[in-house]
Amino acid sequence: MRIFDPHIHMTSRTTDDYEAMHAAGVRAVVEPSFWLGQPRTSPQSFTDYFDALLGWEPFRAAQYGIAHHCTLALNPKEANDPRCTPVLAELPRYLLKDQVVAVGEIGYDSMTPAEDAALEAQLQLAADHGLPALVHTPHRDKLQGLRRTVQMVRACALDPERVLLDHLNETTVREAKDSGAWLGFSVYPDTKMDEARMVEVLRAYGPEKVLVNSAADWGRSDPLKTAKVGEAMLRSGFGEDDVDLVLWRNPVAFYAQSGRLRLDTPAAGATFEGNSILRGTPGAPDVPAPVGS
Amino acid sequence: MTTVPARHDTPADTGAPGLPPGLDGPARAWLADALTEAARAAQAEADPGGTWQIRFAEAGRRCGPGHADAARVELLAAARPGVADLTALYRQGTAAERRAVLLALGRLEPAAAEGLALVEDALRTNDTSLVAAALGPYAAAHLPAHAWRHGVLKCLFTGVPVAAVAGLSARARGDGELGRMLRAYAAERTAAGRPVPHDLTRVLALTEEP
Ligand SMILES: [Zn+2]
Repeated sequence: MRIFDPHIHMTSRTTDDYEAMHAAGVRAVVEPSFWLGQPRTSPQSFTDYFDALLGWEPFRAAQYGIAHHCTLALNPKEANDPRCTPVLAELPRYLLKDQVVAVGEIGYDSMTPAEDAALEAQLQLAADHGLPALVHTPHRDKLQGLRRTVQMVRACALDPERVLLDHLNETTVREAKDSGAWLGFSVYPDTKMDEARMVEVLRAYGPEKVLVNSAADWGRSDPLKTAKVGEAMLRSGFGEDDVDLVLWRNPVAFYAQSGRLRLDTPAAGATFEGNSILRGTPGAPDVPAPVGS
Repeated sequence: MTTVPARHDTPADTGAPGLPPGLDGPARAWLADALTEAARAAQAEADPGGTWQIRFAEAGRRCGPGHADAARVELLAAARPGVADLTALYRQGTAAERRAVLLALGRLEPAAAEGLALVEDALRTNDTSLVAAALGPYAAAHLPAHAWRHGVLKCLFTGVPVAAVAGLSARARGDGELGRMLRAYAAERTAAGRPVPHDLTRVLALTEEP
């Protein structure tokens, strides 16, 4: 089973997770920029974070044989804080970067006018930079939030084909599918989808344009949920090809619209005169363990 | 100050200067145009649109990861950015862009104060590709002894082959202080029951040469 986790916050995870993910078949991830749990107080705090998503985190992922891309944006929650919104002016230079495969996660949290403005501006940024958009749908007042999101997407310059509506569930999937966007489901303990419900949704709506992610982050979450959904699908009678469509080909097709997806996990990042540099990969001969700090 | 010629100086299988060998058609054409823009920027007082800097950012997806470093280094060599622009490209760069700036230092020869600030920044990271790129000909020529020794030691710590260190034999030869640091590190490895890297033995032998 080859797995592409299209939404996971690896900055919040350990190298044990990377190891376990690789063992479960994960070969590629997309890490959307998001809220860190602790509110930021300046745009600089965003840019340091964006730099980490374009520097240290792909390096860490590559050590475990996982290709790492990211989506960058001002997240919905912090779109409401005037100390953070100036980061919108920094985004254009970041959206040029090679590993940026979408603008995201954008969308609604509390559905405020400030969130309207940030969502509209960032959908336009995506269109301007030839990027798709990863649009999170709100946790509270979900169906209303989905409707407002779909309205905003219809009004923007992006084709719905270039929009991934994420954190969907049974109550929002119908209208999301009718919008023509790609459909993202987060399988996350307690608050979002679980494996059994995910299988039912796949039965009812089909695997076309469906992406499944773990959305694993600093909360109680599980970076192996993608693999567990694949196993649940097989147990429920889906074929290997359906699993591959949902866990690999769909996320590849969506993010490949950026023209920037590279799945050949280049150890090239660390080659020297054609020789791949061993980066303290566990088990590599004669190489001391990587220095953690 | 003499510098070792950079690796990308002379493409072997092409007549076009600055085009890395092995680039396929569309990528070659793209890079040729980008190099022209960069050379134009070098002539101008300023590069108002900053187009070549956009090319610098997108070189990875245009040329492919295998050629991205070489393409970016050529762009830098053609544009010859001033030290302020070079610093900004590094500071605002992805890991790959930062690596290209480091690889180009030997050809651009920025003033030591600014150039070394970038080398030292890279040597503080744990990204081995940055550490390796930082220890090129520019560091060989300009990096003060203490920082250079710590750079070599960091290679041994993080598994960067010391073959990546430009001018290693010349600088390590007879360096008693580096020898002391290496012996101490070897003792620490041995005490922990861990193997001593071959590269350590190799550099240690160099320090013991007269
Ligand atoms: Zn998220």
